[in-house]
Amino acid sequence: MESVINKYIKAPVETAPLAVFRILFGLMMFFSIVRFWSYGWIDKLYIQPKFFFSYYGFEWVKPLGVYTYLLFIICGLAALLVALGYRYKLSIVIFFLSFTYIELMDKTTYLNHYYFISLLSFLMIFLPANATYSLDAYLNPKKSFEYVPSWTVNSIKLLLSIVYFYAGLAKLNSDWLLKAMPLKIWLPSKFDTPFIGGLLGEEWVQYAFSWSGALYDLTIPFFLLYKKTRPYAFVMVVVFHVLTRVLFPIGMFPYVMIISALIFFDASFHEKILKYFSKFLKVDDTKFNNQKVYQHFSTITAKMKMTVLIAFFAIQLIFPFRYLLYPGELFWTEEGYRFSWRVMLMEKSGYAQFKIVDGESGRWFYVDNTDFITPFQEKQMAFQPDFILEYAHFLKNHFEKDGHKNVQVFVDCQVSLNGRLSTTYIDPTIDLGKQRESFLHKNWITPFKDEIKGI
Amino acid sequence: MKKIIGALCIMTLVWACSSDSTTDDDVIIPDDQEEVSFERSAMLINWADNIIIPSYEAFSGDLDALINAFNTFKVDTNEGNLTALRSAWINAYTSWQRVEMFEIGPAESVGFQLNMNIYPTDNEKIDGFIVDGSYDLSLSSNRSAKGFPALDYLLNGLGENDAEILGFYNGDNKEGYLKYTEDVLLDMQALTATVVSDWTTGYRDTFVANDGSSSTASVDRMVNDYIFYFEKYLRAGKMGIPLGVFSGSTLPRNVEAYFDASISNDLFLEGLAAVQDFFNGKHFNSTTEGESLASYLDALNSVKNEEDLSTLINDQMNTAKSMVMDLSAFRAEIEDNNPPTNMLLAYDEVQKAVPMLKVDMVSAMSISIDFVDADGD
Repeated sequence: MESVINKYIKAPVETAPLAVFRILFGLMMFFSIVRFWSYGWIDKLYIQPKFFFSYYGFEWVKPLGVYTYLLFIICGLAALLVALGYRYKLSIVIFFLSFTYIELMDKTTYLNHYYFISLLSFLMIFLPANATYSLDAYLNPKKSFEYVPSWTVNSIKLLLSIVYFYAGLAKLNSDWLLKAMPLKIWLPSKFDTPFIGGLLGEEWVQYAFSWSGALYDLTIPFFLLYKKTRPYAFVMVVVFHVLTRVLFPIGMFPYVMIISALIFFDASFHEKILKYFSKFLKVDDTKFNNQKVYQHFSTITAKMKMTVLIAFFAIQLIFPFRYLLYPGELFWTEEGYRFSWRVMLMEKSGYAQFKIVDGESGRWFYVDNTDFITPFQEKQMAFQPDFILEYAHFLKNHFEKDGHKNVQVFVDCQVSLNGRLSTTYIDPTIDLGKQRESFLHKNWITPFKDEIKGI
Repeated sequence: MKKIIGALCIMTLVWACSSDSTTDDDVIIPDDQEEVSFERSAMLINWADNIIIPSYEAFSGDLDALINAFNTFKVDTNEGNLTALRSAWINAYTSWQRVEMFEIGPAESVGFQLNMNIYPTDNEKIDGFIVDGSYDLSLSSNRSAKGFPALDYLLNGLGENDAEILGFYNGDNKEGYLKYTEDVLLDMQALTATVVSDWTTGYRDTFVANDGSSSTASVDRMVNDYIFYFEKYLRAGKMGIPLGVFSGSTLPRNVEAYFDASISNDLFLEGLAAVQDFFNGKHFNSTTEGESLASYLDALNSVKNEEDLSTLINDQMNTAKSMVMDLSAFRAEIEDNNPPTNMLLAYDEVQKAVPMLKVDMVSAMSISIDFVDADGD
């Protein structure tokens, strides 16, 4: 036990992997922000909509009008400063806060990989990633350390391993393994993919993709950790993520994962990269080779840091299993679905038509959703109960302000999941205006008609 | 090995930072691919050559006949010629229902639907234009004063009966009325000529060649436009809005062909038939069926072993059709019944087809509705 703690937590290791990770992470985040802006998504997703879907408890986080651009500028600059390692602590805290704020503004845009970035940047607050090859270390030799305790590098490996392994666990269900769903729907529609397009309509290919995808996610962390298999595993990482990039519109995520996976390599590999950087930038890097080992000045800060990180990882390990506390099928109710590395598991879509009834006059009418929300928001809203409820409350308030009395809100909602014919999703006799949001089970969701076995 | 890894990393970075817009123009598709479960290009050819272009040409012919009838009326504004003009108008309006849904390509770029069939028509504006004698029908603000609904007013709505209506065409401002009617007709003819000639001289090939699977591919665009038409124009425009299901009170003035008062249900049924025929790939004016959304669903379904969605959709459209066939003209249904229960029940059946198309069908085909250019995960 003692030796394990020594090896994976206390033992000094080279800082180089951490520095490479910091530089590449910062650059990728900076380009992600630039890309997001250049596509006009800030305007389209955060400025044009009149209504935004909030996370429970974060209703106060809203876009800031035109100042939303400023938020993105701050976030992008912070990412750049992280890459440079200039005032690292402050920069990574600002990056974490601004990025997370952006993600909380509208849950319509929720993506697992945005959540991953938030977690990673939170973790990085506690890592001395500026200890070498950073402006901080360059300008102030006191802050320069050639070695850091091994937990710093290992915590990133652990987070990445959790992401992969849990994503693999989530695929161990009957839809994915026995029906090859949803790939059976998605792959044939990619028939115009170069080279492999013709094969994607074949059933065996769809099963092969499903099974190898699950196997990949479950095993890749171990193959990356084991030195002998590492190079081959990394080739697999590249092949896998490039393939997902070709087949699906998943933005920056594949690149983020490929670059992150470099952390598993030995320090000598990272030193070569850094040498190359130094040569390229014509920087004298010898001053970074000072043989110093990073240590906390006070044991109290070190202990607090450890406590926070242990709690962080404990939550990471437990949180994805919270769905067990809810009755019903997870894919159907989505209670406990988000923040659990459930990636690309469902072809789910819905149609929701809201009926407004004036409780006093008895008059009723349907809502034209396009009056209030964007097509993207409508699409996301139509199959997620928490969205439906929040929108129903918004409609109730809106029409009561309009002068209607005792407004009741009903919804006719049809949802299709993984190729099953659409069925009624929400009890159409329930006045949603009277239902409250909470972490409890929403008993007005019509139970799932089929069964999906597995985790 | 390290070199390979290094090279891979650099390639990844370069790729990550290079543009990755969603169009895949540079993808070359070999022609002789084996095992594509369904030939989208065959469906596009069937749509273009056997449905869309013939429907446009037929419509264009009926519009010419309408203009001929007007020219006869113009020479001799008597009751017989007015009746003939009206029946030519009904003919062309019915035929219009077969092309209204194809708001893609040339039609989309001229705003065909918006220029031809915006109702309720603004009769006061029309009156004003006729009195002034100066107007610009190409302005988008004047769309509510032209097209079929304007003709509805000009041929059926000027007076209570034929004598009164003919009074305008033989009265003091006879020239004004004839001139305005003619201008409306010529505007419709010009727009139609543009759309038809664009389709036949180029767009057809563009449409058919764009047989990929991206969100800008012809099938994806057409399916989106098709569903949009069904939901917005057929379901809401022709039934839902006048029924008041979005406003809480009936709006009879919003019935299509309001002044005629008798053909609105026929126009709806023609529109519904066009939608259903398109779904089944039925050739224009024929019983032959080609590759279609229905056969595409069947091809996909053979892999999935689920219930037969194409049958369910056809059944639902048939139910809707028979419910609407039992109704009187929509204006009478809405004005004479409070609430218009039978029409509301028929509307519900039309409505039931929407999730089938918008959720089940597009989900099976993996087509995104109202495509939003954003990342997924």
